[in-house]
Amino acid sequence: MELAGLLTYGIFFLTLVGIYGLLALGLNVQWGYAGMLNIGVAAFFTVGAYTSAIITTAASSGHLGGFALPVPVGLLAAMFLSGVLALAIGLITLRLRSDYLAIASIGIAEIVRLVLKNEGWLTGGVRGMAGIPRPFQGWIPGYDALLFLALVVFCVVLIYWANERAWRSPWGRVLRAIRENEAAARAMGKNSLVFRLQAFVLGAVVMGLAGALYAHFVRFISPEAFNPLFATFLVWVMLIAGGSGNNRGALLGAFAIWAVWSVTEIMVTRLPEDLVTRAGALRVLLIGVLLQVILLVRPQGMLPERPPRRERQEE
Amino acid sequence: MELLQLLIYGVVLGSVIALGAIGVSLTFGILGFANFSHGDLMSVGAYIALVFFTTLSWPLWIALPIAMIAAAGLAVVIDRSLYRWFRGRQTVILLISSFGVALILRALVQMIWGPDTITYQTGIQMPYRFAGLRIRPDQVTILLCCVALVVAVHLFLQRTKMGKAMRAMADNPNLARLSGIDTERVILWTWILGGGLAGAAGVFLGLDTRLHPEMGWTLLLPIFAAVILGGIGKPYGAIVGGLVIGIAQEASAYVISPAYKPAVAFAILVIMLIFRPTGLFAGRSVV
Repeated sequence: MELAGLLTYGIFFLTLVGIYGLLALGLNVQWGYAGMLNIGVAAFFTVGAYTSAIITTAASSGHLGGFALPVPVGLLAAMFLSGVLALAIGLITLRLRSDYLAIASIGIAEIVRLVLKNEGWLTGGVRGMAGIPRPFQGWIPGYDALLFLALVVFCVVLIYWANERAWRSPWGRVLRAIRENEAAARAMGKNSLVFRLQAFVLGAVVMGLAGALYAHFVRFISPEAFNPLFATFLVWVMLIAGGSGNNRGALLGAFAIWAVWSVTEIMVTRLPEDLVTRAGALRVLLIGVLLQVILLVRPQGMLPERPPRRERQEE
Repeated sequence: MELLQLLIYGVVLGSVIALGAIGVSLTFGILGFANFSHGDLMSVGAYIALVFFTTLSWPLWIALPIAMIAAAGLAVVIDRSLYRWFRGRQTVILLISSFGVALILRALVQMIWGPDTITYQTGIQMPYRFAGLRIRPDQVTILLCCVALVVAVHLFLQRTKMGKAMRAMADNPNLARLSGIDTERVILWTWILGGGLAGAAGVFLGLDTRLHPEMGWTLLLPIFAAVILGGIGKPYGAIVGGLVIGIAQEASAYVISPAYKPAVAFAILVIMLIFRPTGLFAGRSVV
């Protein structure tokens, strides 16, 4: 491969790492900070992607649209709707044991997928939505992809900074307290439901942002791309491999797992045609086995969780 | 009349869900985690029966027990090689691990049998008709087998020492341990029972519809709904819950688009979580 091609692929690769990094950061607030099991990451990712797509595309006979609003409005709307969805699920399940959130979030992801496939007037059904605008198009000719990567990196840095501040803040401390011992946190007068709800909604908002960025990046979305495998399972493996409760770990996990996933994809595409679908399953199998190995051997991940500096000194 | 017809389909689907739900309810009660790999264990059972029933053309009454034994064995192997090491750690780790196991099993099915839908037998079966209602011979087989299996489970739980120990442990693991029950043995038998029933449920699901690598995964949500409806750790509740969910899903086709059948299970689940999270039969506290 010549240099230009390698560079293009590098930009493509890093943009997706950034988008997955955002998903992992969002999940880190929910699982790493507050211990909430969200197995429906795909739902928030999908809602974000479709919301922004519907709001920013030109009129089309294939789906709801024609608002043709600027991309930033789309991003904000995506974050808002993902947050609203999270609020609704959270109000029902967050007062119960964490298993119930896991079950309910799977249900929500399943229903979002059904709506996606069956409500053609809204989402274009299985035909998907095309012509989603990408920002910065034509600002500096030839540098569209690089500018978009810059936008993704900006979002990642912003969310990382916010996550880190939250981790050190009293708010983050209460979340960890609730995660470790809810009864004790409640005895200290903390309303655990409210704190959990806040963390759940904030995490979902970040996931919605990731979805919107994804839609503007690939510019064509269809239900195929929002398979729970890609949008939920990979994110979980990323966070656990990188280190739950550690934001740098979440980003490192996103990079490492996406690299593994991409390398195996390149290997698979070299295979003969009739083997490709089966080899695709082999990639899933490998990631699944990798998760089990990490859980058994190094459950704390590559970069384990560490308390903020001040708390460390007190110890 | 149409509603009565849907009721018949609902009972067939409900019995399949019930068989799956018994295993999930028992493992939830005994090991304290929602097993996300149970649906895909059903798929494995269905595909193993495919080898003997369709490829080798053996009769169903031989293929079915083979699938059940294989699924039970697989459940035990998964527990020995993975879940056992997570005991004593947080139960959510078990849940995440089972989520990964679900994907591993599905990937295996896809690698061995391919991603397309397959049927056990090609050709159209003439349904039995009575009083304007239709039921396929396959569905009669499913119903009879389900009743037989449920009776067998009932006798096992009521009459054998292991069955009683299992109920005791599902009801209160700590109390069971204190009263001297060999918990590892109970766990082993729970996986054998739950896995075997999952294998059977998969075969029946394949018989009722078609085989697909995602067949079990799509049934997981209705199974969880049935478990919560019946109360966690209550095998009898799971049976009732399964029937209710199955009937509700099929009967919903009377009112809403059949494409949204899985959403019905979710709606019931949400209503239960809001108003009676301990289940209809007051299972384990969930707060």
